[in-house]
Amino acid sequence: MPKVTYIEHNGTEHEIDLPDGWTLMQGATLNGIDGIEGECGGSCGCATCHVYVDEAFLSKLDAPSENEEEMLECTVSPRESNSRLGCQIKVTDALDGIVVRMPEAQS
Amino acid sequence: MAGVVIVGGGQAGFQTADSLRQEGYDGPIAIIGEEPHAPYQRPPLSKAYLLGETDRERLKFRPEAIYAERRIDLRTGVRVEAVDPASKCVTLSGGERLAYDHLVLATGARVRRLPVPGADLAGVHVLKTLDDVDAIEADLATAERVCVIGAGFIGLEFAAVARKLGKPVTVLEAAPRVMGRVAAPELSEFFTGLHRAHGVEIVCDAAVSELRGEGGRVTAVACADGQVFDAGLVVTGIGVIPDIALAEAAGLECDNGIAVDGFCRTSDPDIFAAGDCASFEHPFAGKRIRLESVQNAADQGRIAAAAIAGNPRLYDSVPWFWSDQYDVKLQMAGLMDGCDETVVRGDPAGGKFSLLHFRQGVFRAVDAISKPADYVQGRKLLEAGLSPTAEQARDTDFKLKDLLG
Repeated sequence: MPKVTYIEHNGTEHEIDLPDGWTLMQGATLNGIDGIEGECGGSCGCATCHVYVDEAFLSKLDAPSENEEEMLECTVSPRESNSRLGCQIKVTDALDGIVVRMPEAQS
Repeated sequence: MAGVVIVGGGQAGFQTADSLRQEGYDGPIAIIGEEPHAPYQRPPLSKAYLLGETDRERLKFRPEAIYAERRIDLRTGVRVEAVDPASKCVTLSGGERLAYDHLVLATGARVRRLPVPGADLAGVHVLKTLDDVDAIEADLATAERVCVIGAGFIGLEFAAVARKLGKPVTVLEAAPRVMGRVAAPELSEFFTGLHRAHGVEIVCDAAVSELRGEGGRVTAVACADGQVFDAGLVVTGIGVIPDIALAEAAGLECDNGIAVDGFCRTSDPDIFAAGDCASFEHPFAGKRIRLESVQNAADQGRIAAAAIAGNPRLYDSVPWFWSDQYDVKLQMAGLMDGCDETVVRGDPAGGKFSLLHFRQGVFRAVDAISKPADYVQGRKLLEAGLSPTAEQARDTDFKLKDLLG
């Protein structure tokens, strides 16, 4: 199972093994990691699963869809060049070891 | 300390508990949920879950163990039978009495049942809960034809899923157009065309008079004008009624829902209400309304929690909503109530456009069809209280975001 490291805004790190095909949003909420909300159920509709993806993994991700691109403009914390929505990133073996940081606020 | 008792384990109930801990509330919290499941996300039920793109485990807001870890007493499969504001106690279905310092009613809404003969036949379903959807899925496997009664969001989302799964689908709508209660005529027209292009039969002005069956199982839907539609599976989506029974019995003020103020407080200062069951003076609407949406349920859960935790904040969200049908994403923000002018941005025939609604020249709502930029920028304008002119809105070369500065 691919390993994901979530880093909360306060610096707390969580290293989690996620089943292949789970999204970064699901991996956080279903392991009780705070800092990701995902109130639309993971349909790229609310921008409350905002994460900053470690630069080393950015190039391994599919580019954001037009919808994700626009929804990223709705995040409460500032959008950076490595901002993504966690519900749109499914983990696979290719992403093993990925590190994501949570923003200060989601809503 | 008796703590907070939350009645209802839906979006608003879950959010209240989650936000109470985030707000630093340290007392006992109990969630009393009628369904046998830990709180889960409903939006994917009529979409990704039915399509098999996600599973039960991933619908959960949190795994069960987290509730205990955060000292949230989650009780599933339990009903609250009565609220006694005088003694600050609720009575549970097993007879147990539970004391509270603060009570949060997140009772949601009950689905309207079709008031015609045959509505209780096997194969006739509503679509609200996980169990509803599992039952639909079981019947969907064997049904040759599907009939959807009610062309609102739920009905149309289900119709799209059933088509994707290869079933012939008929949608019967009592009103003259689909989504008539919630959407502008331009949207109704677009979605009617979309569904027809995917092979769905859409019949408006349909007065369903009877569901017919054989051996206790539905076989057809009959209309008052004599039309009969064969169906081995019927899904009804004809609206919901706010669940105010407990509140009324407890003597709380109700007005198209449990009446609350901007802090989600009811007429009893120790009792709050949040989500589909609550009506409130909405600052954006400028009048008392009740919203049936994830956005409102989550935001009111946060507001109720903040007030109980001693950090009161006034509710000031602009409403937003979405619906996924086929590969089309509809995103809406604002309220089109009272609007007298609608501007179409883009070309509906191309499948990507938006509608901007104006009330006496002031921008009040946006509906975007697979045009996320207009939704996002429109929502930001509404939140900032900014308005393009209708002329600007009509001009697709005009960038809405230029107004945001």
